[in-house]
Amino acid sequence: MIALQPGDCHAFEAAGRRFLYLAPSAAVMAIDDVSAAVFDTIAARPQSRDDLVSALAGRHAAEDIDDSVAELVRVRALARAELPHRPAPKILPLTPIPLATMVMNVTNQCNLSCAYCYEYGEDKIVQTDNGRQPKWMSEETARESVELLLRESGTVAHLTFFGGETLMNFKVLKTTVDYARTRAAELNKTIDFSLTTNATLLKPEIIEFLADNDFGVTVSIDGPKDLQNKFRVFHGGAGSYEIVAPKIKALIARHRSRPIGARVTLTRDTLDVRRIYDHLTNDLGFWEVGFAPVTAAPGRPHAFGEDGFNDVLAQFRDLAADYRDAALASRHHGFGNVHETLGEIHKGASKAWPCGAGFGLLGVSTAGDIALCHRFAGSDDHKLGDVHNGIDRAKQAAFLDAHHVANKTDCATCWARPVCAGGCYHEAHTRYGTTERPNLHYCEWIRGWTDTCLKIYGEIAEANPGFFRQFEATYEAPQAS
Amino acid sequence: MKHLKPVNQKARRLTKAVEAGPAEAPADAGAKADVIALQQRPPQQPAGPHIPLGCATIFSPGWEVDRTGGTAGLCQPVERDLFDCHFGCYWPAQVPDQLNHAPTWTGKCAAAQKDWRKIDLIFP
Repeated sequence: MIALQPGDCHAFEAAGRRFLYLAPSAAVMAIDDVSAAVFDTIAARPQSRDDLVSALAGRHAAEDIDDSVAELVRVRALARAELPHRPAPKILPLTPIPLATMVMNVTNQCNLSCAYCYEYGEDKIVQTDNGRQPKWMSEETARESVELLLRESGTVAHLTFFGGETLMNFKVLKTTVDYARTRAAELNKTIDFSLTTNATLLKPEIIEFLADNDFGVTVSIDGPKDLQNKFRVFHGGAGSYEIVAPKIKALIARHRSRPIGARVTLTRDTLDVRRIYDHLTNDLGFWEVGFAPVTAAPGRPHAFGEDGFNDVLAQFRDLAADYRDAALASRHHGFGNVHETLGEIHKGASKAWPCGAGFGLLGVSTAGDIALCHRFAGSDDHKLGDVHNGIDRAKQAAFLDAHHVANKTDCATCWARPVCAGGCYHEAHTRYGTTERPNLHYCEWIRGWTDTCLKIYGEIAEANPGFFRQFEATYEAPQAS
Repeated sequence: MKHLKPVNQKARRLTKAVEAGPAEAPADAGAKADVIALQQRPPQQPAGPHIPLGCATIFSPGWEVDRTGGTAGLCQPVERDLFDCHFGCYWPAQVPDQLNHAPTWTGKCAAAQKDWRKIDLIFP
């Protein structure tokens, strides 16, 4: 008799109901009592259909059990134990993928010197002081970049300005926006703009410009004064909080057409998620706050160890409960990490690559080199052509081939791979010296966080399913972080 | 499906695919069964590489044989499988009499590749 065993999937409970999250399809199914009993019995011990029927005798009829097993097998929540693990299909795009987002590093200079910075800190990839990459992107390179973006994009193109501190090259940013608008109109395409800034250089004329041009603005900030000033300091060591707080308030007061988000880097020394969130939303007025644990090689003083990730998870869960309560009452809550994950869960995104880098998103260095993303801008090892000669399609194809989740054997049996696909290339490069490795140091954290978001998803799906309409038929461009 | 209820968008698509697919072959679920070999069930031929024996390099109904060299396993009934006997063959094959009995036999079949489903069955 053929034994049955659980397939790649994750069982969870929310609002008194049982659910399955299926890999690799990323489907979320609510299951009835028979199916829950069948699944639990087989999860406890792989067994044949006859054993299963006798184990559940008196509770469920054989006919119901057979029906349920057939359905669970069809969606691959159950599999035959003697069959080899079904490898993930490896499907590579045969034609170039349109470029959705270009992240343009208009400068690699910065007026802050945050100790954890991936661009200047101990774990930097590119030697920015060796002179090969100019400090400032020229207007000509910026125009060539725009031409490349508009040539390779679909009807909508997203242009994100990045640094260094982006606003240190406001001059080129400004002329580039004008140029890009004109060219997009000539080509009958839509272009939209965003930028990431540390807010130190915001001033009325820049705020006017950002508002007039409908910029999506993300501010890098770590929280209230004591936390912000721990790492985000000027070259002389002075904290930046006092400078940025009033400028951020002025920006939020003037620029009302698009929500303004904060991007927080969490370190083991600044780990206070709720206090940071409350300050950034209530006191400064941010619409949305996204948190990311710092990218650092193991052993750096601010890096998270195993325990640190558990602390982050506990604090995330605490704040996520607030998001859930708000969502159940159809109110906005600005905890961006939950919002983003719920959007992916609702669509059922199943990723072959962890993010859009090297795919629908490319970075451009100050010299005009095309990079996987802004974090690799200027790195010769991760170069995919240049804006003058175009995207190196052969290199891009080789990159996508080498980084497909099907190559990551560690991920092959993980139920969270549809949302994770091995995680950030830059994080992997910093931790393991190669972009090809999955980020095994945060597997438990990813699974724990995905489980939390699935439970919240289940609760909202039961009590207020209309909440998810906001995720349907919309496209959100990938954001640089 | 009776016991599983789709919750997210992907689950709805998966459910649709599963419900449309053939019950015996969940791995191929995805498209509604269109063309099914006559001898698909129960299997009477050993599984093996599908070599299109005898097939012409062009789509040519009437000249295909199944992988054993016979006609029993073809995708459509032999009654419909003689279009090319009528269209391009000099051999006096048993095709409907288009001059007298069935003048509109191929009326809806402008291109065999696309329209072969529309060739009518003709009974004498």
